[in-house]
Amino acid sequence: MTKRLYRIIFALLFSSAAMSQENVYPAKEYKGLLFIKNANVHVGNGQVLDNVTIQVNNGKIEKIGKDLPIPMDDVKVFDVKGKQVYPGLILSGSLLGLVEVNSVRSTIDHTEMGYYNPSIRSIVAYNTDSKVINTLRSNGILLANIVPQGGRISGSSSVVQLDAWNYEDAAYKMDNGIHVNMPDLLSRPNAFSAPGENPIDKSLEEIAKLKAFFREAQAYAVEPTHLSTNLKYEAVKGLFSKSQKLFVHCNIVKEMLVAVDFAKEFGMDVVIVGGSESYQVAQLLKASNIAVILDQMHSLPTLQDDDVDQPYKTAAALQKAGVLFAINDEDGQTRGRNLPFNAGTAAAYGLTKEQALQAITLNAATILGIGDRTGSIEPGKDANIIVSEGDILDMRSSIVTLAFIQGRMIDLTDKHKQLYERYKLKYGIK
Amino acid sequence: MRNFFPSIPGERLLLLTALLSLATLAHAQPTFPVNGIGGEKQNTYAFTNATIVANEKTTLTAATLVVKAGRIIAAGTNVVVPKEAMVVDCKGKFIYPSFIDLYSDYGMPIETRQPREYDYGQPAQLVSNRKGAFGWNQAIRSDVSAASIFVADDAKAKALRESGFGTVLTHQKDGIARGTGALVTLANEKENKVVIKEKASAHFSFSKGTSPQSYPTSLMGSIALLRQTFLDAAWYTSNASKEGLNLSLKAWNDNLSLPQVFEANDKWNDLRADKIGDEFGIQYIIKAGGNEYQRIAEMADSKASFILPLNFPMAMDVEDPNDARFISLADMKHWEMAPSNPAFFEKAKIPFCLTAADLKDTRQFLANLRKAIEYGLTEAKALEALTRTPATLIGVYNEVGSLEPGKLANFIITSGPVFMGNTIIYQNWIQGEKYTVNESGWSAAAGQYALTVSADQGTYAYTLDLKPDNSASIIGKDTLKATVNYNGKLVRISFPESKASQKMIRLSGVNNSGQWQGTGEDANGVKLLWTASFKNAAVVKEDSVKKTPALELGKITYPFNGYGWETMPKPQTILIRNATVWTNESEGKLDGTDVLVKNGKIAAIGKNLSEAGAIVVDGTGKHLTAGIIDEHSHIAAASINEGAQSVTSEVRIADNLYPDDINIYRQLSGGVTSSHILHGSANTIGGQTQLIKLRWGADAEGLKFANWDPFIKFALGENVKKSYAPQNNRFPDSRMGVEEVLNDAFTRARDYENAIKAASAQVKGKKGATAANPWSIVRRDLELDALVEIMNKKRFITCHSYVQSEITAAMRIGEKFGFTFNTFTHILEGYKVADKMKAHGSNASTFSDWWNYKMEVVDAIPYNATIMQRVGLNVAINSDDAEMARRLNQEAAKSIKYGGMSEEDALKMVTLNPAKMLHVADRVGSIKAGKDADLVLWSDDPLSIYARAEKTIVDGIVYFDRERDKELRSKIAAEKNRLIQKMLAEKKSGAPVQPARASMELMHTCSDHAHSHGLLVIDTDDLNGNN
Repeated sequence: MTKRLYRIIFALLFSSAAMSQENVYPAKEYKGLLFIKNANVHVGNGQVLDNVTIQVNNGKIEKIGKDLPIPMDDVKVFDVKGKQVYPGLILSGSLLGLVEVNSVRSTIDHTEMGYYNPSIRSIVAYNTDSKVINTLRSNGILLANIVPQGGRISGSSSVVQLDAWNYEDAAYKMDNGIHVNMPDLLSRPNAFSAPGENPIDKSLEEIAKLKAFFREAQAYAVEPTHLSTNLKYEAVKGLFSKSQKLFVHCNIVKEMLVAVDFAKEFGMDVVIVGGSESYQVAQLLKASNIAVILDQMHSLPTLQDDDVDQPYKTAAALQKAGVLFAINDEDGQTRGRNLPFNAGTAAAYGLTKEQALQAITLNAATILGIGDRTGSIEPGKDANIIVSEGDILDMRSSIVTLAFIQGRMIDLTDKHKQLYERYKLKYGIK
Repeated sequence: MRNFFPSIPGERLLLLTALLSLATLAHAQPTFPVNGIGGEKQNTYAFTNATIVANEKTTLTAATLVVKAGRIIAAGTNVVVPKEAMVVDCKGKFIYPSFIDLYSDYGMPIETRQPREYDYGQPAQLVSNRKGAFGWNQAIRSDVSAASIFVADDAKAKALRESGFGTVLTHQKDGIARGTGALVTLANEKENKVVIKEKASAHFSFSKGTSPQSYPTSLMGSIALLRQTFLDAAWYTSNASKEGLNLSLKAWNDNLSLPQVFEANDKWNDLRADKIGDEFGIQYIIKAGGNEYQRIAEMADSKASFILPLNFPMAMDVEDPNDARFISLADMKHWEMAPSNPAFFEKAKIPFCLTAADLKDTRQFLANLRKAIEYGLTEAKALEALTRTPATLIGVYNEVGSLEPGKLANFIITSGPVFMGNTIIYQNWIQGEKYTVNESGWSAAAGQYALTVSADQGTYAYTLDLKPDNSASIIGKDTLKATVNYNGKLVRISFPESKASQKMIRLSGVNNSGQWQGTGEDANGVKLLWTASFKNAAVVKEDSVKKTPALELGKITYPFNGYGWETMPKPQTILIRNATVWTNESEGKLDGTDVLVKNGKIAAIGKNLSEAGAIVVDGTGKHLTAGIIDEHSHIAAASINEGAQSVTSEVRIADNLYPDDINIYRQLSGGVTSSHILHGSANTIGGQTQLIKLRWGADAEGLKFANWDPFIKFALGENVKKSYAPQNNRFPDSRMGVEEVLNDAFTRARDYENAIKAASAQVKGKKGATAANPWSIVRRDLELDALVEIMNKKRFITCHSYVQSEITAAMRIGEKFGFTFNTFTHILEGYKVADKMKAHGSNASTFSDWWNYKMEVVDAIPYNATIMQRVGLNVAINSDDAEMARRLNQEAAKSIKYGGMSEEDALKMVTLNPAKMLHVADRVGSIKAGKDADLVLWSDDPLSIYARAEKTIVDGIVYFDRERDKELRSKIAAEKNRLIQKMLAEKKSGAPVQPARASMELMHTCSDHAHSHGLLVIDTDDLNGNN
């Protein structure tokens, strides 16, 4: 096929307004070469390469350079002159595919009953046909870490790519981490606690229990054979061998200190999720090699006396201290699609644009354990690439026109675009 | 003369019993049968040689007080002691009128049912389940008479007596209208004798207490209920036949002539209560909360009298910096300043009295009062606040409150000036009966005694020198160290026989009319007799209130938090030079343009403007826009949802604005200058809304947008049919019912309007009571009033709505009753019926990109605003969220991305368009000479994610400025550190401290959020189980 033909097919796909999402097909595996030329590449590692060509072969980025030779026959070539090219954005923690409509119980699959559920796996409930998925792709998000909720140990998360027929197709990295909810160490008035009862003491007991669990699991992990199999211990084996990470959901300093303690005692790779107060202990986190996922840039300051922009500035504080961090968007109303704008806000308050981009691409990939395969546009990595009309972090120009997952050009139609077309038609709007 | 001090321990019990029965007999009532021997008790007493503080202005020395049969018959310096009087020598002692507490529930039964918060998960209780011919709402308990449920309770009375109280105004603290209070003494007598005034006051609060009925669920609902009950009660006077017997309204009317006491418990609630009073011609006596000093000018303006509690917050334990981190500066400052609350009232010349009501331990009262005195309250004022003022406020100064002939013999006898740190209250006399408080020092007043010890072999004379600190010595040949143990009745003395000896002489005796006498044993066990007579008093060192170092207190700020103003700012003349000016007018975007702000208005727009004395702001590279207007907000209000009924058009957000909300300042930091504060979406016809300007630091009145067309919030869909409540029994339960709620409400409103018209015609020209007053015929209904206003286009609707069917159905109801749905808010399916909305004449105020968090928004699309705008609707983007409101410019910018709207049109969606839909575009929303100077100076293109508001100006006042913000933050840090160090010092000094408590904040939402607002925020919807 010629390049020209591909462009025509692409244009047809895109303008086909009558489709419902059921007709938006996952893209087929693409074998062979593919080129993106005249690209302003934001690599994801802080670098920007102007006017280069990206050569993709069998779904992997093979070469990046100026004036790469493009064979004339039977290859896809995309001329993206004037546009901006980024690695596919990564949502580092999401309920995507685990809940369709937050208020409808039967559509909720993110929380299991019970307190210690390390063997619960989010991947098996991930619904590739969720209508939310395509709205994220439309904004450049190509990968997401699907996280279970609830209890003390919620279970394991898995990273998925967002163009798949089913969860096995979608799985990008299975069971990359175990998620723990840190007991609350904030001393707050509590009308429900009995007189003399200190809720903090209860939390400390809970922490002791959690530690005891990991000690038992650690002992189990070194035991050569087991008379009886313990699924819970089995599920966390990877933590001790560092094939999995421990994601500790917590926000305040004392809780983060406990998380650091977990890293020390068990030698685990610990990631703090939430971390709204992490700017206060950035040095310590750096020294202890703890990564942070900032769940929501767009939030209010904690205390009325705090800097009104503190949540917007936290990323810059972590950057300054050298902490490895990712920016996430866990918003329940917009469902994660504002990830680039959360990063944009961090850029408005102290990060450079490329640092902000890195927080939703390479840093996220590194923290999720997929940094060797994606997160940046570099040779050897999967061709997870998006093309935007302009600056992806600024809503005025953040319009994604092309997206590739493992070299497959995905269909950027979503339910919203379809309804837009439907009603443009009704009103005769061009 | 009677011996006041029972002498022999073994007889104590017997004597006590005897005294008790005597007391009963003494006040035997004519109608009560006597079981035993009758006879009146002797009851004339003369208290001589006393310092009598007759009132806060009059102190008599060497004076005599005579009381007879429970009343004072004389108090003065030349008083003849009646022969029949029992004389009590009060030399060196002080007599004060005993204190009066107007805010007590002494002797009231405690309701067994616990107050219950509104629980969304439970079925509503829509009607009263109270037995009897009472009114419709169980929180109106105007019929409750404290006198008829009062039970004298000596254990509780004792604690009050020990703090100097003799009389209290007691009532049952339950409900919004709480019935009448009774004035009672703290005597341990039959209730019949103790109640001095059966109905001394009427009591109110904002809290429905133990009422299990759903309505009201909110502060504004309580206010509306009070307002409606005033109207109903007035109407009832001439319409009892229509209503039938309504004991609640009857009692309400009966109580109107009494002093009216309102428990408000907070500075803003004080003003809210006062405002209700103003509306109905009542000046409430307001029970305060202790934070009034933060708004003392407003308190003075209310012209109310106040009852002040003395429950000052304890210092917190701030040793752990990670715990201290979550305590707000406001809480720390309040700890420091709360004890100065009474002093603030005194300085502002606001009448006030004091109550022990809010203290955990009543016995802390005097200690806390002394603290208030340390913080500037004068002793004379303190006494007045405990005697004359309370007595005068409820019209009983003829009975209590001073020591004057004819008044009740209610007084305390003390060792010195009553508010001094080491003064002891010896006795508290109530209705002429003595109640001992602490007599240990009554006559053992330190001094020198002539001690005579006699044995068979002779008599020895010593001088016993008893020092005020209770150390003692026996002076004879030698001076020997002695131990004296005296409790006011019994005395024990021991001392060595000589300086060298270890062997002790031990004496034991009783006080016998000022002389001690008894028996003893000498060092060898030989029996002794002894007496000790008082010779002269010890020289008491002047020991007034502890001289503490000068108080170092922080400053009051408006609002009372770190970002408040020390003095409220005034409009300035400001010249912004060389900015890119987004006019929102036909001129469009003007580069390199100046804007002059003068007297709160935009004075001029042009090139090279100049103005003498103007503050010049360099706008080079910056962008100036009109202030952002948020059409849908829930900040700055004390309550948001009155969800108990499907129609609550009587409630008003304006009644409960909350000017201290930090979110006002936070919104300013995002360029917002006006917010439309809406009722929530818990019911179909919600409450009346309030447009405010973000005048940070102003009070509730100062926040209001002046001369504004009133609006009201309606809601449709899942929230109002209570889709998330497991058990809904409140109509409606479906969208069919929602439509019918509207149909029914407006049908009733139309009938009501017709009835008013008919009644008006009927009373036209009539004289007398019914003159031109249709309300004597038609019951005025505040709920329907608001709906009639809508039909007459005097009030406008903003309607929470999502799906196309409900939007269309609502518009058809409007058309049926001749009005327009002014605004559909949220309106996430507006794009499906934009043409119908246009035909109807609605505006649309929507979210940029929310969807799929509930079933009714599964078809929400981010292109909604663009489609509606292109169909020709006036479209705004709103926040409904205190966080998103700070980024409304960016929310608007999303329409550039979704649908390709122009930047200028996008900006209008958060400025000019909401101004239009709120009917204020003549004053705000664009940059035009003559309009209000509500402006934002941005660091960048205002639609860019990188733009930050550098200055936000409202009425020509820079309320937010990045430079000032930075300075304030360093001030906050310094002030917090000062207070932390002060709290640490308090702990070190041994004072009690409480654990560090995070300063939580309540936040209201529209019930539509899956949104966390941070660690310290309690979502009121979570409290109500509304999510």
